[in-house]
Amino acid sequence: MFKFHYRLERSALGLVGFIILVASIGGFIEIAPLFTIDETVEEAQDMRVYTPLEVAGRNIFIREGCYACHSQMIRTLRDEVDRYGPYSLAVESQYDHPQLWGSKRTGPDLARLGNKYSDAWHTTHLNNPRDLVPQSKMPAYRWLLRDQLRTDDLGQHLATLRTVGVPYTDDQIANATQDAYGQANPDSPEAGGVAERYGDATNIRPFDGQTDKLTDMDALVAYLQVLGNLTNAAHETQTAEVE
Amino acid sequence: MALKERDEFSGQVTTGHEWNGIKELNTPVPRLLWVFLSTMGLFAIGWTIMMPSWPGVSGYFRGLLGADQHEAVQQSLVEAEAERSIWSERLASEDLATLAADQSIMTAVRQTGPALFGDNCAGCHGYSATGNAGYPNIAEAPMMWGGDADTIAETIRIGINANHPETRYGQMLAFGRDQMLGSAEISALADYLVSMQGEKFLTPEENAAAQTLFADNCAGCHGEDARGMVETGAPNLTDAHWTYGDDRATIRQSIYNGRQGTMPAWEGRLSTAQIRLLALYVMDLRGDIP
Repeated sequence: MFKFHYRLERSALGLVGFIILVASIGGFIEIAPLFTIDETVEEAQDMRVYTPLEVAGRNIFIREGCYACHSQMIRTLRDEVDRYGPYSLAVESQYDHPQLWGSKRTGPDLARLGNKYSDAWHTTHLNNPRDLVPQSKMPAYRWLLRDQLRTDDLGQHLATLRTVGVPYTDDQIANATQDAYGQANPDSPEAGGVAERYGDATNIRPFDGQTDKLTDMDALVAYLQVLGNLTNAAHETQTAEVE
Repeated sequence: MALKERDEFSGQVTTGHEWNGIKELNTPVPRLLWVFLSTMGLFAIGWTIMMPSWPGVSGYFRGLLGADQHEAVQQSLVEAEAERSIWSERLASEDLATLAADQSIMTAVRQTGPALFGDNCAGCHGYSATGNAGYPNIAEAPMMWGGDADTIAETIRIGINANHPETRYGQMLAFGRDQMLGSAEISALADYLVSMQGEKFLTPEENAAAQTLFADNCAGCHGEDARGMVETGAPNLTDAHWTYGDDRATIRQSIYNGRQGTMPAWEGRLSTAQIRLLALYVMDLRGDIP
């Protein structure tokens, strides 16, 4: 073995070749699982895409660094499933670019947060968590209720997501700005197209309680209320395995 | 390459080269390190044979142990359910009044209740269940939709103004915004409600006028005596418990803009046994269980 190494050291090209070979082992081990990614991601016929308002909310979630304290992945452990609900499936973050699974939990996991609390609760809680949970250490995000949501670029966000594989239609991209407004204003003429383009299961509500303006709060609450509700696959998988 | 020579001080072989009179030792890597590295390498190869690993043409290699995290967690969930079955099966099926009288069941409720309540209910109602602004005190105040165990369990199951097909529906109308009452009338009603708490004194004329207004507009839901009605989920307005606030400005705002609070429906998220356990836990917090 030592003899081989002595000989190798005396051949410059041979040494370079072997360094590349050994260094690539690590790379191969990281890349190889992607060869069979199609087998890892489950099929979910009912999987929905995020609406423009939810995409905007997701961007705010990332902007405010929520992922630093909240994970979005329920692991396959008894206590996690007991507390949060069915463990997360790969297909649930199929349209997440980037995924926000996270690994740090200062606050609770959010993967099954959608519909757990009311819109009013989220609005009050994000504005100042201590109004509802006195011992909370989560920061107060008071500007969310004040700041007007930027919607003029949402079509471009959707178009960008389409280039990485999210199946948005031309119709959805062209109407992104008005759909974002309509989803938070159920009585407006723009609201009609949202359910038509994104399905009847879409939440169409004045998320922040104010109907006169579209705020960052509307977008973030819309996003939080859809977490875990894009597909029913996780619930179905778990029920199937129990039987 | 020059002939290898042994260094006289360390006893080790040198590389055989000499650089301006300096020679370099060729100390071999310690044997223990080789043993360690080889063992780890062999273990790693063995592990990839036992566990799901190598990609192939028609899928990945599943491993000899057949390890599957989904099955493993399912197994442990089944075990967990079996551990709980002593009380969970009875909680899911038996009459709640009977269960409330059973000490072994109530012990389980008192042990499991705080975690379940803390994780699901405390966000709105607070850990001690005494409520927050906009979320009622369910430890002390009269229950708006009824306070017996079965009704509480049903409220938890279907929610209030929630997205459940059978949900309870309750709404305080926006008397001011929708122009059913004028500003002076709303003020008179707010004064009347504050006066019932003993915070304000009304003249007999003011009182009579407000009573007429109340009978015409409010009594339908809150009852003639303003003590609330469980059929409509309208709260008692004569006691000290106010969901949104007992000051005149807040009361005025409630009459002007209306109120429609939401309690989420928990069916689907919580099991029947968990919902009924929470109902007993809340009853216990209220002191309704001896």
